[in-house]
Amino acid sequence: MSTLDTVAHAAQTPDVEQPWAELGLKSDEYANIREIVGRRPTIAELAMYSVMWSEHCSYKSSKVHFALWGENTTDQMREKLLVGIGENAGVVDIGDGWAVTFKAESHNHPSYVEPYQGAATGVGGIVRDIMSMGARPIAVMDSLRFGNLDHPDTARVLPGVVAGVGGYGNCLGLPNVGGEVVFDDCYQGNPLVNALCVGAMRVEDIHLAKATGVGNHVVLFGAKTGGDGIGGVSVLASETFDEGGPAKRPAVQVGDPFAEKVLIECCLDLYAARVVAGIQDLGGAGLSCATSELASNGEGGMRIELDKVPLRDPSLRPEEILMSESQERMMAIVEPHRLEEFLAITTKWDVEATVLGEVTDTGRLVVTWHGEVIVDVPPRSVAHEGPTYHRPLARPTYLDVLTADDTTDLARPGDHDGAGLRHALLTVLAGPNIADKSWVTDQYDRYVMGNTAMAQPDDAGVVRVDEFTGLGVALATDCNSRFCALDPYDGAQLALSEAYRNVAVSGARPLAVTDCLNFGSPEDPGVMWAFRESVRALAEGCKFLGIPVTGGNVSFYNQTGDVAIHPTPLVGVLGVMQDVSKRPGSGFRTEGEHIYLLGATRDELDGSEWSRVLHGHLGGRPPQVDLAAEMRLAEVLVQGTDKRVFGMAHDLSQGGLAIALAESVLRHGVGAAVSLREVTHIWGVSAFAALFAESTARVLVSVREDHERPLAQLCAANSVPMAHLGTVGRPGSGLVVQDCFEVDLDELQAAHTHTLRAAFAG
Amino acid sequence: MRIGVVTFPGSLDDRDAIRAVRLCGAEAVSLWHADDTLHDVDAVILPGGFSYGDYLRCGAIARFAPVMDRVIDAATGGMPVLGICNGFQILCESHLLPGALIRNDHRLFNCIDVRLVVENTATPWTRDFGRWQEITIALKNGEGGYVADQRTLDMLEAEGRVVFRYAGSNPNGSYNAIAGVSNERGNVVGLMPHPEHCVEEGFGPSTDGRGFFTSVIAALAAGTGLEVRQ
Repeated sequence: MSTLDTVAHAAQTPDVEQPWAELGLKSDEYANIREIVGRRPTIAELAMYSVMWSEHCSYKSSKVHFALWGENTTDQMREKLLVGIGENAGVVDIGDGWAVTFKAESHNHPSYVEPYQGAATGVGGIVRDIMSMGARPIAVMDSLRFGNLDHPDTARVLPGVVAGVGGYGNCLGLPNVGGEVVFDDCYQGNPLVNALCVGAMRVEDIHLAKATGVGNHVVLFGAKTGGDGIGGVSVLASETFDEGGPAKRPAVQVGDPFAEKVLIECCLDLYAARVVAGIQDLGGAGLSCATSELASNGEGGMRIELDKVPLRDPSLRPEEILMSESQERMMAIVEPHRLEEFLAITTKWDVEATVLGEVTDTGRLVVTWHGEVIVDVPPRSVAHEGPTYHRPLARPTYLDVLTADDTTDLARPGDHDGAGLRHALLTVLAGPNIADKSWVTDQYDRYVMGNTAMAQPDDAGVVRVDEFTGLGVALATDCNSRFCALDPYDGAQLALSEAYRNVAVSGARPLAVTDCLNFGSPEDPGVMWAFRESVRALAEGCKFLGIPVTGGNVSFYNQTGDVAIHPTPLVGVLGVMQDVSKRPGSGFRTEGEHIYLLGATRDELDGSEWSRVLHGHLGGRPPQVDLAAEMRLAEVLVQGTDKRVFGMAHDLSQGGLAIALAESVLRHGVGAAVSLREVTHIWGVSAFAALFAESTARVLVSVREDHERPLAQLCAANSVPMAHLGTVGRPGSGLVVQDCFEVDLDELQAAHTHTLRAAFAG
Repeated sequence: MRIGVVTFPGSLDDRDAIRAVRLCGAEAVSLWHADDTLHDVDAVILPGGFSYGDYLRCGAIARFAPVMDRVIDAATGGMPVLGICNGFQILCESHLLPGALIRNDHRLFNCIDVRLVVENTATPWTRDFGRWQEITIALKNGEGGYVADQRTLDMLEAEGRVVFRYAGSNPNGSYNAIAGVSNERGNVVGLMPHPEHCVEEGFGPSTDGRGFFTSVIAALAAGTGLEVRQ
């Protein structure tokens, strides 16, 4: 065995070669670390800096752009914001003393390497972020992006990811209320797994990650620490200290949802007993992150006896323990006179808890190993003062070619080509991105907790927060990355528009935004330009809509070789609803109700689902962004829902009106008879464009006859254009588009449900 | 009227069962797995979830929880006991109910709304339903396939102890499409679908689940079960 690399030893041996490059540090970063500590770092310190200064933990390429968030947040937007960007998750005030916290996070690379555990621990990690704010997690969503449905590797990755999301979330007892499943060739070698969690608490129960109060205990509780999730540090083990331990440790963490479920209930009991002065979950970078962040957010110092950490694998070296990403662990700051009570609660839940050390005001994070000092650093230098890069940005020249290659020349069915329009509908409906996703979503428990008012396949997830008043929240996540590929600025605002609209269409008033920004390599100026454009678009869009960004996540290096994924800035919007039982739902139910299209239709087919499925084409300009129209439409939807005007309401997005109509028929097996006459007349578009254009700020609604007048008044008051389409048919009937085509229910169902089941079932 | 709901570590639908009991008009009493008393309840519900993680075999560990000794005694004495999903699995592991639950035949976790036929309305948990009434209840599990040997199946069928049967297609390969069964006396009932998720308009596929809870309240009020209170 090699000797322990203590601070004293490091001071005496300044010239030892250190594996900083293998740990992903640049030479100037390593020099900077030497300057901060005033000597060469110990191996434990080097490991800590390397992982905390990684792109994933330090946001070193992205953080220069985050000033855009602050610059675009007004005082009015901050009114409902209780906790903003920078904490584990943002918190917003939803009224009646309730606060809601929500956040999305990526787990892309682990899910590609090991789909089940990668996805499972993605859910586990975001749930712990929400728990560490003091909230009870109340729902999850997952946005999944895969390569081509027909590619053999998709058959490897997708079932594992879905089983992982379900296996972990179901066992945790959190309803999965929505998300996305998207297929696009750009994700073939780099699928995206973005998990979102929402939690609720009373406003006075908000907790923060701060180590305050000199002399307070630092308590590690939850699962034992093992060798899982040690990425870079395995380099250390193999390069320098290999004799004792296992040669290669798994880089993907392994989840234990039962341990996390018990940890949730245990934490909620601890919060209720008010024995927690500060709390932080252990996620990426494990103890390195938790100790340095807690210390630098609080009194500034902490002393930890690392040898007290309960281990699953006794051969772990101290630097490995510091880096381990073992799941289901939390760190709490506890006042000495509350410790006994704290430990009584952890004992009740059979959760192991260990006092590791104490809060100090020395301004140093000191870690000892059997009495010898192995880390002695300023915690801020680890947690918050990592490198910052101003990466070069350049608009890629290929965009001009892409923009010029629009859909003008693609063959379209004419107004009298009923058979051609019918064929287009059934083909788009069966396309993997529109096709029924129940093979996936039926693997998720949407009912647990008994508060789910709406879930997939409706437009948003809606959950009740207060059982006695019906107060609740709606959540939607969206991103059409094809639009982002054509124009990253407009694409990001279109993602924001769609999530905003999906929340409004459920009847909730949009309140706050989170994001999960998935991009290629930040070292590629074209990627970095698209990133900057996306952040700017979201910040400016949110300012226009008057809803703040509360937090988010950046995932870079999503690419295969030199080819990056489409820019994929996933946007999650949260809305509030006084009485969630009023949500209209997205399907036709009641025969005879009148169907209206709200919003303006333009001949916008570039980047559309039709152009993809029927022509394999991507080019031109995305549909026009119109945030003012989205706001006016949301007003109609929110007020109309509150007055119970709508029989149903469904968002128009991919596949346009044709798909919105088909989905509304399929939802409850109740048909519709419509005419395109008003739409084509008012907007001067062809029947084809009326059916398949993807113009934004549009929804489909149905109303009883006696509600037609109130609807018209609402629309007039908000300047939202409306076109009468037709009426809801009888149960079991299909879709009739007058003077165009008819499709019976069975044929619609067959087209819609066959695709995913054929690929994955049996 | 006091109805106990047991929480094991890993129970998930305990809060839902408590809400259902309360909404249907009884007092819900939370029971802890490590308790060795039932706190004077008149009936017990074992809720859904993954007790102790269910890493070994569903319900196999929970069966040995201290509270289960009291539940087994009470059930043997005639107290109404309902096992939902994981609770059903625990009742089978405890031998309060015959048979076992195995991995769904399609091998996936499945969350769907199913139609059930109520075939036995003589139990304290089903007396408010009509015989052969069809109800819609949420089903969500990975291991919901009911199996038993032929002799047991014949006995259950002959004695009318198949309390619920899946109508339409069989969602998980359960033998004889059995969704729920009772013990010989009828006081212990277990089923895989989740009636506690079907008690409020707008929060679940139906309100058909209310019948379970109103039934037991009526049964207890009528004295059925009260005489055996522990």
